[in-house]
Amino acid sequence: MSQTLHAAPDAQLDFYDLVEHEHVAHDSTRIGFWLYLMSDCLIFASLFAIYGVLGANFAAGPSPVDLFNLPLVAVSTAALLFSSITYGFAMLDMEEGKKGTMLAWLGLTGILGAVFLGLTLYEFSHLIHEGAVPQRSAFLSAFFVLVGTHALHVTFGIIWLIVLMVQVGMKGLIPANQIRVQCLSMFWHFLDVIWIGVFTVVYLMGMLR
Amino acid sequence: MSEIDHGGAVSHEPAVHAHPDAPDGHSVGTRRSYLIGFALSAILTAIPFWLVMNNVIADTMIATIVIMGFGVVQILVHMVYFLHMNTKSEGGWTLMAAIFTIIVIVIALSGSLWVMYHLNTNMMPGMVMDPSAPII
Repeated sequence: MSQTLHAAPDAQLDFYDLVEHEHVAHDSTRIGFWLYLMSDCLIFASLFAIYGVLGANFAAGPSPVDLFNLPLVAVSTAALLFSSITYGFAMLDMEEGKKGTMLAWLGLTGILGAVFLGLTLYEFSHLIHEGAVPQRSAFLSAFFVLVGTHALHVTFGIIWLIVLMVQVGMKGLIPANQIRVQCLSMFWHFLDVIWIGVFTVVYLMGMLR
Repeated sequence: MSEIDHGGAVSHEPAVHAHPDAPDGHSVGTRRSYLIGFALSAILTAIPFWLVMNNVIADTMIATIVIMGFGVVQILVHMVYFLHMNTKSEGGWTLMAAIFTIIVIVIALSGSLWVMYHLNTNMMPGMVMDPSAPII
């Protein structure tokens, strides 16, 4: 690194590029993934806008107060929040090169994510069983699309997490795996941020209406 | 290289791209910062749930505003303590992208809600069927 910095100006850009190529590639991975997350944010923003516009159109059907079970939402919120801190501990262990404990924290994160997903699926099946299906009213369509898209993201996050645990198990904490763990970290915390919006706008404000 | 060089003022210098003071150019948390973030999030989640479950605030409007306030603060806590957003990570570009995204989101959300709300209230069937209204 310092050799690069101290290189004479006429030792040139292509020399610089060749040496730094590896490094720059990793940097662009992280910023590129961040830009993907920002575009994902826009998807959720439009789904929130749809819910905001249609959320009160019950078509004489059930309203949030009839359907939602706040203690259940509180439990799934807690599961997702705990999974954020366990992922954080996995990141810290990765920085210190502790592969075993890092995998354990990642596994715990995956289990908490699965608990969250299980509760969401339980809620969905419960709603459908009660006849509160997406085609019942505009409110329910918007609800299923918004919460379902979030649950789909969590599903893919868990799949990614399992694949990554296998990769780390096989290849160890090589730089490529570290970048992947960092990207999944952003993804996972991002999903938690979206869930804050969901439980605030859909569940808590729905119960107030 | 000092951190000031990441600010962009001298971004034409190749050395700036090398992130010399942060080996992989992004900020990492400490055990303490994660625990602080977790504690804040837990509190900021528990309070709005408690408010709604026990009907603490009678006025729906005020309760809605309070709950949304907690939500916004908690999102900020997550961005700072879990996503490690600051003005320096990736030379400030993560923050730039985030600010741009937030501007687009605010325009899309407030615009949609505003337009559709007015469409709803101004196009109500009741207005057309109001007998006292002049029919043109």
